[in-house]
Amino acid sequence: MTALDPTSSGAPSDLSAGALSEDARRALAGGAAPRRFGAWYVAEHRIRAMRGYLQSAIVTSIGNPLVYLFALGIGLASLVPQGVGEVSYLVFVAPALLATAAVTVAADETTYPMLAGFKWNPVFFGMNASPVTGTQISAGIMIAITVRLLATVAIYFAVMLLFGAVPLATGVLAIPVAVATGLAVGGLIGAYASRIEDDRGQLPMLMRFGVTPMFLFSGTFFPLETLPPWLQWIGWISPLWHGSELGRVVSYGYDEPAWLTAVHVVYLAVLIVVGLRLVATAFTRRLNK
Amino acid sequence: MPEPVITARQLSKQYGDFTAVDGIDFDVAPGESFGLLGPNGAGKSTTMRMVGAVSTRTGGELRILGLDPDKHGPDIRSQLGVVPQQDNLDQELRVRDNLLVYGRYFGLPRGVIAERADALLEFAQLADRAKAKVDDLSGGMKRRLTIARALINEPRILLLDEPTTGLDPQARHILWDRLFRLKEQGTTLVLTTHYMDEAEQLCDRLVVVDKGRIMAEGSPAALIREYSSREVLEVRFGSDKNAEAAERLQGIGDRLEVLPDRILVYSENGEAELERITQLGLEPITSLVRRSSLEDVFLRLTGRSLIE
Amino acid sequence: MTATQAPGTGIRRPARALYAGNARAVVARGLLATRSSNLLVVVSGFFEPVFYLLSLGIGFGALVGTVATSTGQEVPYAAYIAPALLAVSAMNGAIYDSTWNAFFKLNYSKLYQGMLTTSLGPLDVALGEILLALLRGAMYAVGFMVVMQVLGLNLSWTALLALPAVLLIAFGFASLGLGITSFMKTFQQMDWISFVMLPMFLFSATFYPITVYPEPIQWLIQALPLWHGVELIRAMTTGAISGMVLVHIGYYLVMIVVGVVLTTRRLRALFLA
Repeated sequence: MTALDPTSSGAPSDLSAGALSEDARRALAGGAAPRRFGAWYVAEHRIRAMRGYLQSAIVTSIGNPLVYLFALGIGLASLVPQGVGEVSYLVFVAPALLATAAVTVAADETTYPMLAGFKWNPVFFGMNASPVTGTQISAGIMIAITVRLLATVAIYFAVMLLFGAVPLATGVLAIPVAVATGLAVGGLIGAYASRIEDDRGQLPMLMRFGVTPMFLFSGTFFPLETLPPWLQWIGWISPLWHGSELGRVVSYGYDEPAWLTAVHVVYLAVLIVVGLRLVATAFTRRLNK
Repeated sequence: MPEPVITARQLSKQYGDFTAVDGIDFDVAPGESFGLLGPNGAGKSTTMRMVGAVSTRTGGELRILGLDPDKHGPDIRSQLGVVPQQDNLDQELRVRDNLLVYGRYFGLPRGVIAERADALLEFAQLADRAKAKVDDLSGGMKRRLTIARALINEPRILLLDEPTTGLDPQARHILWDRLFRLKEQGTTLVLTTHYMDEAEQLCDRLVVVDKGRIMAEGSPAALIREYSSREVLEVRFGSDKNAEAAERLQGIGDRLEVLPDRILVYSENGEAELERITQLGLEPITSLVRRSSLEDVFLRLTGRSLIE
Repeated sequence: MTATQAPGTGIRRPARALYAGNARAVVARGLLATRSSNLLVVVSGFFEPVFYLLSLGIGFGALVGTVATSTGQEVPYAAYIAPALLAVSAMNGAIYDSTWNAFFKLNYSKLYQGMLTTSLGPLDVALGEILLALLRGAMYAVGFMVVMQVLGLNLSWTALLALPAVLLIAFGFASLGLGITSFMKTFQQMDWISFVMLPMFLFSATFYPITVYPEPIQWLIQALPLWHGVELIRAMTTGAISGMVLVHIGYYLVMIVVGVVLTTRRLRALFLA
């Protein structure tokens, strides 16, 4: 965003060198608030739109953790009575399920809604006709997604507590970790989805060959080391693996070298920053036809 | 003359090798109703997007409300109302919510927005639909809602891109009536259209654009006076005899336009020309005398019809 | 409408109005639409169960070793879940085609209305759509069985019988799914289908034996269709075929009949009333 001071840079270079017209003054005053708060206006709009599917979102946010923890933490766990490392399978798998839930919601919100906003129901163009900029629109959408992620993950975490799946008090940090994991994935997917011009089924392909394998090969259900070496690289580049491992560290004190923990944090942070910037440039470019 | 609210000089927009807008000049005065008339692909929508401060120009100068859109996009847009060609209402929200949400984009306080939203729904004749889903509205209603949305910030300039394209005749007339009221209230209107009747109804002044260039400028009446005759005689001889008949008609009227299905004879007196034609021993299947319209102006300027 | 009907159609001969013996036309249209839409997306559906098999079979399997099937046989974990994944993919393919796809055609593209204004009856449409879903399911199943064979997860020659079993399962889900979808009005309601599918997918002896649950829950699971499908296919691929196989087959036959009757009636009520 360019710095704006109506008395210096902008005004003299404009058409007449004289004083600003009444119209111009009004415009500069009218643009002030949107320049500062535009992203929040967009977030407000998106959250309001989310109310449309509030009911099914609530049922899924409560139902999913119940079903998954029951199936994996109890059912699947029966096959691994020895646990993983020094903890039970339930404790091992729960932080990864939490991060997976965040990734699922993020993918949900950044695939079709991003494409739709440009294509099928081009609301982004409508927003951009107001003072709000492309960067602000993308930021607002990501803020709204963060809010939804927080809500989903917090409920999930509560159910985890109910199952006794979080031994340490630091486990509550698994919430921001999971939200960050969701945002890291969401930013990248959003950047891709908002660049799609023709819908030729790229999104189902992305889910099938990107998101699903990530979910299956990121050391979520079993330690990454159990996989043959030629599959382990998927985990290393997967934000979900970094998020799950970090979640394990805070949730039950999973013993890994400190530098690796630092790598998880940095990797997720970098992905989030890169993702958000890519979304912002994609929006700006596409809106400026 | 008061200072113009829009000034364009040699305004251009290129997409790669393609020149959509090719160095156009125009001014729009405050309170004026200004039209860009031209066929599809003439560069009207691109011009509108540049004026709407959402598309960066690639050449020339542009000032809106005295400001450069390259630097002051958000500020300029705070004073604009935009009705795009393709509706972009939020279908996930209800009718009134669309206005509430949109008002926020201008940083308006909620109370002010709510008050304006109700007044605008009244104006757009949608008050009884406030709680309806956008999807359930007819095309005309959606367009009126879009206009209401564009007015939520009490804009200095209202931009309308093909406001009635795709609407049925009744919906068009309702819409024209609403726009006419805005014009009476002193709102500056800038609209594009490829309907000459729309241009004649709504525009004080217009430019005829074709292939990214301005072909002529003036009020509808002045343009007709300058580029056409008072009356037009349309005669049809049947599609296979048209060309042959046209040759024999040379010299009749001020000017002839031979179209695939009919011949247009431009003249101050259409009936008299028809008489001369029958005296030549030609018998048109149908004949019609009408007043010249912007369609004729366009045909004269470009050699093509507005609506193909 | 009924009053002006010509003799020989409609009420007089309900069978004719329901079925014109031309489900082929519906299938042909579907194939054409698939070909022109996106073959790659369709083909990619094959990979999903393979990914699951690799991940859980190899990765999780390393933690587990062997598992006892419902007939008491100890099998490697990958061989335990592979037949289940086959049944699940048959279910998913059939459900996707008969719910989301059909919902869209019913409510948005109005394809069925168009079809029913021709000589086609509702049963032609229903059968045609179901056959289409089956064709797709069969394609995935063959591919997956080849993968199983390569990985040595087909423990008996009876695995060959898994193929018709997959078709039976797909038929059951497709016909019931279509019947249920014809009652759905909004996308929100459609979400409920996924909501029922998820627990069924996770709890039906797919990834671990149902004996971990208390008995009442076991009964509930055994009342649901997927459990029968999983057990049926597992019997084929492990070779432990018992009388229960007949129960599973019977379950699906009933499901097919109920689904077809429901769909046909519903289509008639919706479009020919």
